[in-house]
Amino acid sequence: MDDSLALFIEIVPTLLAAVPVTLVLTFLSAVIGNTLALPVAVGSLSPHIYLRYPSLFYIFVMRGTPLLAQTYLIYYGLGELFPGTWVQQSFLWPYLRDGFWYAIFAFSLNTAGYTGEILRGAILAVPKGEIEAARAYGFSRFLIFWRVTLPRAIQICLPTMTGETILLLKATSLASLITVWEVMGTARQIQKVTFRVYEPLIAAGILYILMVFILTRLMMVVEQSINRHRLASV
Amino acid sequence: MDQASLFSLLSFGPDGWGMRFVEGLVVTVEVSVAAYCISLILGLIGAGAKLSNSKVARGIADLYTTLVRALPELLLLLLIYFSGADALKFILSLISEDFEDFEINTFAAAVAALGFIGGAYMTEVMRGAILSIPNSQIEAAKACGMSRFLTLRRVILPQMLRYALPGMGNLWLSATKDSSLISVLGNTQDLLFMGYRASAVTKHYGFFYSVAAILFLAITIISMIVIKMLEARVNRGYR
Repeated sequence: MDDSLALFIEIVPTLLAAVPVTLVLTFLSAVIGNTLALPVAVGSLSPHIYLRYPSLFYIFVMRGTPLLAQTYLIYYGLGELFPGTWVQQSFLWPYLRDGFWYAIFAFSLNTAGYTGEILRGAILAVPKGEIEAARAYGFSRFLIFWRVTLPRAIQICLPTMTGETILLLKATSLASLITVWEVMGTARQIQKVTFRVYEPLIAAGILYILMVFILTRLMMVVEQSINRHRLASV
Repeated sequence: MDQASLFSLLSFGPDGWGMRFVEGLVVTVEVSVAAYCISLILGLIGAGAKLSNSKVARGIADLYTTLVRALPELLLLLLIYFSGADALKFILSLISEDFEDFEINTFAAAVAALGFIGGAYMTEVMRGAILSIPNSQIEAAKACGMSRFLTLRRVILPQMLRYALPGMGNLWLSATKDSSLISVLGNTQDLLFMGYRASAVTKHYGFFYSVAAILFLAITIISMIVIKMLEARVNRGYR
């Protein structure tokens, strides 16, 4: 038992050093993925079938296949394209050799699919009267979307997005399988070095619980600040 | 390598990977079904515990769902996989010394771990479904003199199915996708593992991972059709 405790104290700094990697993976994937989700959601609601069908198909593929398969496909699949071509000599190569950027790419595309579907539902849930009111004021179609539909849709789907972001934070542990040393990968590395099974995993687990807890609190603050006008009127 | 020879790699003959992928598909479905059954049982128990009057039962169920939902599936899978194996070994070593070099079946351990993870999510689905049943239904059953078990079997379970099915369908879809994680454990022979093996041997990574992804997509499509049919059936009295 003392033994375990000593090991805990020994490995916690190493694991803590990996926390920023997990957080950056989560943050960048969330920002890129949620931005990409916007055209996906709008496309899936478009009256033009050339926009609608590809968007719906994209959402279906991203939600219908395992994230791990997508990650492997992107990491190994794209990875086999580059060696031996001009890319290897270009300035991009240091980035393209690193699993980190493939992980971000895979998680972003995946998030775009999931959030795209959520946003699609939220846009449909915006009350018709508000859009009609904006039209009565003479807003252009773009302005209606930018000032009325989108802000309302985001407000509607924010609680779901909080859940999605937590799922993303947990999903970044898959990056450890394509040689990214985030918290999970570091824990497995420590397992191999110390020949101890449980302590690294449990320590990593505690860190994940803390991160999820803090993220939940942060998202609550965001939700409150977005809904502040509603609270004020109560 | 041209297109035709790429597809010849997928042939069903001794040189092709076709048969291996079919085997992988079967393993993935088997693991998913077995894990899903465990999660159904755990979900029912968990929902019962969450809605019970006992503080201890509620506390344990809350701890279970909170912990499982806050931890990455991969971490939980490894943790349960290792600890389950060690616990079993320990128990067996108490019984007899013959089990000294007992090796736990990867398949069974993976199923147990995935079922344990799914059970936490299932608990929430079932809890919500039970709460959606109008209270008067349960009171009526009580008034008819039904025992608690009979109420569960005749009133609660049939009615909650209608509310639980959308959530259960989603969890089945995640169960099939989460089952891909077991390929991390090593020689699991599941669909993603086959993709890994085939691409490592032939060096056609993009092609074979795409094949695996398409087969996962096929599972999803078939599941979605079945879920639609089931939903139509449980709602038949309501439309």
